[in-house]
Amino acid sequence: MKMTGAQALIKALEMEGTEVMFGLPGGCILPAYDPLLDSSIRHILVRHEQGAGHMAEGYAHVTGRPGVAMVTSGPAATNMVTPLCDAYMDSIPMVCITGQVSTSAIGTDAFQECDTVGITRSVTKHNELVMSAADLPMAVRQAFHIATTGRPGPTLIDIPKDVLQNSMEWHWPTDAEVIDSLPGYRPTMKGHPRMIKEAARLILESERPILYVGGGVLKARAAEALRELAELTQIHVVTTLMARGAFPDSHPLCLGMPGMHGTASATTAMQRSDLLIALGARFDDRITGKVSEFAQEAKIIHVDIDPAEQGKVRRPDVPIVGDCRLVIEEIVKAIRDLLSTGNTQADTSVWKSRISGWREQFPLQYEPSEPGEALKPQFCLEALRDSAPEDTILISGVGQHQMWSSQYWRFEKPYTWVNSGGLGTMGFSVPAAIGAKVGRPEATVWAIDGDGCFQMTAQELVTASTERIPVKVAILNNSYLGMVRQWQEMFYEERYSEVYLSPDTPDFVKWAEAMGCVGIRVDSPEEVQPAIDKANSIDDRPVVVDFRVAASEKVFPMVPAGFGNDDLLLPPSQMARKEFLR
Amino acid sequence: MSVSSTPNQPTYHILSVLVQNRPGVLARVSGLFARRGYNIFSLAVAPTEDEAFSRITVVVDVESTPLEQVVKQLFKLIEVVKISELDPRRSVERELLLATVRVTPDNRGQVVELTNIFEGKILAVGVEAVTVSLDGNPDKIDDFEELLRGYGIVELQRTGRVALPKLDREARLRAVQGKSV
Repeated sequence: MKMTGAQALIKALEMEGTEVMFGLPGGCILPAYDPLLDSSIRHILVRHEQGAGHMAEGYAHVTGRPGVAMVTSGPAATNMVTPLCDAYMDSIPMVCITGQVSTSAIGTDAFQECDTVGITRSVTKHNELVMSAADLPMAVRQAFHIATTGRPGPTLIDIPKDVLQNSMEWHWPTDAEVIDSLPGYRPTMKGHPRMIKEAARLILESERPILYVGGGVLKARAAEALRELAELTQIHVVTTLMARGAFPDSHPLCLGMPGMHGTASATTAMQRSDLLIALGARFDDRITGKVSEFAQEAKIIHVDIDPAEQGKVRRPDVPIVGDCRLVIEEIVKAIRDLLSTGNTQADTSVWKSRISGWREQFPLQYEPSEPGEALKPQFCLEALRDSAPEDTILISGVGQHQMWSSQYWRFEKPYTWVNSGGLGTMGFSVPAAIGAKVGRPEATVWAIDGDGCFQMTAQELVTASTERIPVKVAILNNSYLGMVRQWQEMFYEERYSEVYLSPDTPDFVKWAEAMGCVGIRVDSPEEVQPAIDKANSIDDRPVVVDFRVAASEKVFPMVPAGFGNDDLLLPPSQMARKEFLR
Repeated sequence: MSVSSTPNQPTYHILSVLVQNRPGVLARVSGLFARRGYNIFSLAVAPTEDEAFSRITVVVDVESTPLEQVVKQLFKLIEVVKISELDPRRSVERELLLATVRVTPDNRGQVVELTNIFEGKILAVGVEAVTVSLDGNPDKIDDFEELLRGYGIVELQRTGRVALPKLDREARLRAVQGKSV
């Protein structure tokens, strides 16, 4: 069957199961937008290409399917760099299509030409410039295969305009052809049996074990397997920022998030542990603090599908390369085998009572506002949480509001929390929320944003209004770049440099209304609940709630950058009893 | 830049990286080294016996470079098919040097003699310069370069090392018998 490259591209995307794509057309990608008119694929027209990228990420986060974004060449491609890097850092499956100038013009500094493949090389799992229409179906198949298997990540296909226009003979490569075309790509799925036995043995021997759960558990759809392992062994679980929801916060074994702004009990339990069972986690600096002081007495079992994570930061005693779900299931089996042949688990009761002590002494805590004082952001989050319909998906930007979201929400199910963890991309939440709502239209989607973040990508709410994607945005508006302000207060002697925004400019309510959303302002604690109830009742358009919150509020606990996790700063009300964290 | 090693303690690693012969592969490999802060002493790329693949020979120093991470990160590149670390003690290494050396009528003979001693070649002779070549073990090339410096080097180019594993007795026999090695 003869067709154009553009038709082949769209057909290939359909064959890969693409239901929706996010994008914005322009010169070089124009040919691909024509067959799109006849396609089953829903296209969501964004207002800025960065938005398309983050929407694709949000979509992928909540559905597990690759997000697809399509934009033109040059500035559109460079606008896509941030989402690609974000997806690369957080291992989000995403396929990005960019237009390119015609093959004859490549290298001539043509209009809207840039070296897209060169620029995005270090922020994609793989990328490719396709020089012939006949190669397009294979390029699409490879891009989806690479993006979704092994450690997931973003891929990019750069397509010159004439390649889209030229005609080709349709051929859909078989799975075998795809595999054969990638001789250097064979992700390891099954863990090494000897290592799995060794892990099971260590787990049963440990007197102070902790399950250190990272985003890889969610990527591997391993939440159920994790729960089985935790309940079988009664080992406490910490879930990193990327893994919130992988284990229910309400579960008695859940200690919440560890690290720089983690709960004191989660961070300290890791510090005092004699065995960290790291599952799909990468020993990020925000988790370990100063590496040389991190969990010094702990042996490490490290399960990760990416061999390069083994030993990158901390040398594991038992490295297991493989898919988290498969490996956890095998470990569970190995433990059951050991238990059924007369082995017993070490006594962990002393450890458990230490942990309960920490939890009791050091809960998350903030000082409620006195009457007449400014709203506390944590109070707003608690109210949002307590009124949220079941299965609400929470999205956040980056900064104080992100940490409070992770701390004060209660994540009960996997894939109900989306944020920018590794790259820390301000402006992530509005477009990511739109992508999430497109992927899970039946779920309520709340984006928690800061006033700084919101101003970076808010224009995508126009996309949400016109495409009828009713997301809800809660701005915790403290009129500062709050996290930077916190650091300047604590570590730069309150010398505030370029962090003050403005409480009134822009007027977020008018701005929301101008973008086709409902805008609500909240100044006092009494207004919080009615505003949330109103927002939750609106389902035909986006809602923006501008919570005016106290500017001086800081995120606690906090491990100052460069310090060890034993040096964590507790909320002022708990500092006096810090010695109990021994 | 020159690297040398005592027989017992190599100060460098040789990585022989088999890659798919596709556009941009070299950029991917060199970009990875730059991005992760690994130092390259030399890097040589050439096609192999199979036109679908190229071999990149990279020499990195032991101190700046955590070898295990380099190998693992390289392996993450989709087009990297195979990586062998060649122990300098168990591999054959070769490099080629081209040099144009300033000479006078008085010392031209010395340069020619030196080149002959090293079993190099005289490629061109001019009034005030000669161009010589030498291929061989990189250590030998280091020595030759050092001696040429005394005369004044106008231009010098080295290829960087290429290497293959040494054949042990058994492998040599098998190769001779025509079986797969």
